[in-house]
Amino acid sequence: MATGVKPRVKVPGSASAGEVITIKTLISHPMESGQRKDSDGNKIPRSIINRFTCDFNGQNVIDVTLEPAISTNPYVEFQATVPETGEFQFKWYDDDGSVYEDNKPITVG
Amino acid sequence: MDFTRRETLALGAGAALMSFLPMRANAEAVDDLIAAFTGGAEMGDAGVDLNAPEIAENGNTVPVEVSAPGAKAILLLAAGNPTPPVAQFNFGPLAGSQTASTRIRLAGTQDLIAIAQLGDGTFARTSKTVKVTIGGCGG
Repeated sequence: MATGVKPRVKVPGSASAGEVITIKTLISHPMESGQRKDSDGNKIPRSIINRFTCDFNGQNVIDVTLEPAISTNPYVEFQATVPETGEFQFKWYDDDGSVYEDNKPITVG
Repeated sequence: MDFTRRETLALGAGAALMSFLPMRANAEAVDDLIAAFTGGAEMGDAGVDLNAPEIAENGNTVPVEVSAPGAKAILLLAAGNPTPPVAQFNFGPLAGSQTASTRIRLAGTQDLIAIAQLGDGTFARTSKTVKVTIGGCGG
């Protein structure tokens, strides 16, 4: 179980219709790979975020499968097209079943 | 403890074999993962880009960027990691461009492999060697 998980997302507040914007996301998470050992030589069990998705008004932008080889505090940067005013939904799926969510509105003007 | 020449040679050969075995198992795992992604289809060279530093000082966080214009998905593998898969990016209809960057762990100096499923259903492959000064697997 990971504690202190906090998503951070950077999305511009406004855009013109059809504009391609860059989105940067970061979530604080240890991403325990399952390869490390503690001081007694026992394996530390794997605990990672295994999937990240971004949707805009219900339409998919990107769906990423993450493996233990992704660094601590997984950072993903990608680009999205903004056809209309709406909201980006970000979801991170943890190994333990929890889902962390964040939403960012964007206005087209 | 005394070793005859024959025993010493046998030991040396055994040790050499042991050190090669994990490498070979890993190469097979990589081939299996690629086959699972492409379905055994032929791969071209053009259409996918992989951006990574030539020398990474810290294997715990190596910035990489993949891009493949018009691709549906990109698979990223690290051939020398204990578990080769790194990430798979699936692009939806609202993806502005088929580009993504992230930070990854590398256990040591090795080849990164990116395979893209292009818009017409064909596959493209590229790879890049990254030198790692300090490995990122907490060993």
